[in-house]
Amino acid sequence: MSIVTVQLGQCGNQIGFEVFDALFNDSHCPGGLCSKRENEAYQASCKERFFSEEENGVPVARAVLVDMERKVISQTLSKAARSGRWKYGQHSCFCQKQGSGNNWAYGYSVHGPRHKESIMNLIQKEVEKCDSLSGFFIIMSMAGGTGSGLGAFVTQNLQDQYSSALKMNHIIWPYGTGEVIVQNYNSILTLSHLYRSSDALLVHENDAVHKICAKLMNIKQISFCDINQVLAHQLGSVFQPTYSREGSFHYRRNPLGDLMENLVPHPEFKMLGVRNIPQMSENSLAYSTFTWAGLLKHLRQMLISNAKMEEGIDWQVRPPLSGLPPLGKMSVNKETHFNTSIANLVILRGKDVHSADVGHHRALKRVLCAVRMFSPVICQCQSPKFILLKKGKIKTLVLVAKRNPCTSM
Amino acid sequence: MTQSVVVQVGQCGNQIGCCFWDLALREHAAVNKKGIYDEAISSFFRNVDTRVVGDGGNISKGKICSLKARAVLIDMEEGVVNEILQGPLRDVFDSKQLITDISGSGNNWAVGHKVFGSLYQEKILEKLRKSAEHCDCLQCFFIIHSMGGGTGSGLGTFLLKVLKDEFPEVYRFVTSIYPSGEDDVITSPYNSILAMKELNEHADCVLPIDNQSLFDIISKIDLMMNSGKLGAAIKPKSLVTSSTGVFKKRQEKPFDAMNNIVANLLLNLTSSARFEGSLNMDLNEIIMNLVPFPQLHYLVSSLTPLYTLADVNIPPRRLDQMFSDAFSKDHQLIRADPKHSLYLACALMVRGNVQISDLRRNIERLKPSLQFVSWNQEGWKTSLCSVPPVGHSHSLLALANNTCVKPTFIDLRERFIRLYKKKAHLHHYLQIEGMEESCFTEAVSSLSALIQEYNQLDATKSMPVEDLPRLNIAM
Repeated sequence: MSIVTVQLGQCGNQIGFEVFDALFNDSHCPGGLCSKRENEAYQASCKERFFSEEENGVPVARAVLVDMERKVISQTLSKAARSGRWKYGQHSCFCQKQGSGNNWAYGYSVHGPRHKESIMNLIQKEVEKCDSLSGFFIIMSMAGGTGSGLGAFVTQNLQDQYSSALKMNHIIWPYGTGEVIVQNYNSILTLSHLYRSSDALLVHENDAVHKICAKLMNIKQISFCDINQVLAHQLGSVFQPTYSREGSFHYRRNPLGDLMENLVPHPEFKMLGVRNIPQMSENSLAYSTFTWAGLLKHLRQMLISNAKMEEGIDWQVRPPLSGLPPLGKMSVNKETHFNTSIANLVILRGKDVHSADVGHHRALKRVLCAVRMFSPVICQCQSPKFILLKKGKIKTLVLVAKRNPCTSM
Repeated sequence: MTQSVVVQVGQCGNQIGCCFWDLALREHAAVNKKGIYDEAISSFFRNVDTRVVGDGGNISKGKICSLKARAVLIDMEEGVVNEILQGPLRDVFDSKQLITDISGSGNNWAVGHKVFGSLYQEKILEKLRKSAEHCDCLQCFFIIHSMGGGTGSGLGTFLLKVLKDEFPEVYRFVTSIYPSGEDDVITSPYNSILAMKELNEHADCVLPIDNQSLFDIISKIDLMMNSGKLGAAIKPKSLVTSSTGVFKKRQEKPFDAMNNIVANLLLNLTSSARFEGSLNMDLNEIIMNLVPFPQLHYLVSSLTPLYTLADVNIPPRRLDQMFSDAFSKDHQLIRADPKHSLYLACALMVRGNVQISDLRRNIERLKPSLQFVSWNQEGWKTSLCSVPPVGHSHSLLALANNTCVKPTFIDLRERFIRLYKKKAHLHHYLQIEGMEESCFTEAVSSLSALIQEYNQLDATKSMPVEDLPRLNIAM
């Protein structure tokens, strides 16, 4: 089943390009740890989800690019075409002459209704090219004008027009110290609208990703390109084809459906976060070895101590012994900093995946279930393909957890 | 891509405008190597086939044939405009986009505003409409003028009302040169205060600049150049004051260096809208983010670096130095000390090879030393443009909405009151039809109201950011 991506605003378009690039490069990278037949099945599955075929064989991304001014879209289109390996559809973009001026109201109330027909037509065309539609993946930022305002408007329209398709919005939480002065207005307005019309909100914070680039990837002068590449890597780990744990020989067909089913048990709780391990620069990769047990242990601790990366984890945080967090006043006790989640999904990719023991998670599951009576942790794993930075025999682990709605807002 | 029209009024406005077009051509020539008329150039220039007579010669794509500036030149005496039309830039200006008269305004705001305003209103409207028609999507008018003279301040501000009525959706950015302490025009306080009232009401955003600060910056550069410190050689053409002419050989006109600084300011302001970058900032975003209340639209600007050393390897310390300089009072284009006043909002527009991590690092570093207003503690607007200015590898323009503009206004009001108390030179104004003493009193009270607003904000400076106390219910 296919996913149609809608990229909105400068941020959405820049990230979208990196995502498609990462997905394509991953599915077509030579080597890997599995048989040729498996490789082909993986490629075919990835292609079905994200790319459509065109006459001369160059895959075309299933995406609609929307921005209110032309510069970023032309840059994105030319970068994709330059790679020669995949490209965007020529007619899948919509742009205007003047931007939204960081004004949510402009994006939502002026540009939205004015260009509703054209944008929805473009999306319709993209949907018609799919054999079966899994849903929409909408990439936008919250701080700007187009991404936030127009994004909220488009999501609402998608809900009206395609009520049975799932919608996942990928939103970028702006830097704490401000990239735009009115970002707080724009963010709150966006979140309130998206909460009503979207099915899931996958949040990436600029601050967190920036720290990952600085500490883990060891990049000295971090550019937005670097940040977007880390983001794209995390998103790729989530969206690339997976098997189910119970063992099957076919890749699961409905990526968005799987995510929603496992992670959004109740429509009131839709904010998701991604934690990815290991993340490091290509240079360090050659000198590192991993085991599933080690990775899983780190990931679990990252989850319960609410850390976004594998450095600086607070190992003192432990799950409460009684199984339930103490009611009443918050004590200074470290145990109350335990990050409760509503649902978690673990995606394992790499060599010997079946040997990975998610036993801890079962134990965790008991604790989590006691706190919230929802579905337990489910694991999905898949034969090695999605490789960090495209080389070697690497194991990567992804945890897509539900955010406790009281914490980081 | 949007277009902007530059309206240059009066001697000062036209001289600055001339330098601006010079530098704009130089910048686009450096960026656009293939000579194709692209969207970046179209924001300030039209591509015209000069063989076609009349207006039909616009070419929208393809090779550059002949560039015409999107400008309207207005002056009530012919000297300056004629000089421009005989100079090297004569082909850049469309001879139909001029409005000139013979006698000038005599340093009298009333003559500029009331007499010439009504006389030329139709003609001005016609020229503006014509230039707007040539634009695909007109976003902004840049008005350049001085506050102390007659034409620039009088007719320039009359224009604002006309633009507001005729093109309400187009932004009006005004670059105003305020009179400095030792100004040679005696009636400049009158002219400035009368003009300020119009700016308060009809401009969307004002960038005040004064000659003394520009002069100080020039002296600093000269000092650096002549001191030969550390054997550092300055790259020619990299001075923020240099023009297209060969470095120092050409006999430059006296105000050229200062005008070039202002021209660079305008170019850097629009660079992120014209050129690509990883975090774009359009002109409407400047207004959206930096003007919290409609009255408080005066932005203090500073440009760094002032020159580039010829040394190619720039250690990151220089980059940090660039950011620190932007907040020091020596680099501001108006007499102001932003560090010791209250910031309402601040924008950093970076050009060149600077990445987001450098920007963030410097914001983190500089933030503790700056005071922000209580409702906007983390208020920064940032933009990154990948194309650096000519001769530099990177540059920074900082725009701040800061209460440090207050002293300039207070000073202006003092000088006005000194003259007005004695009714000196007043009869020249009052003999113009339409001028009465009430115009003066209204103007000065409008300025006082503005100063009062800044005062109120300043009063909140050292107060802690606390919520209102809530009622406690006794149990």
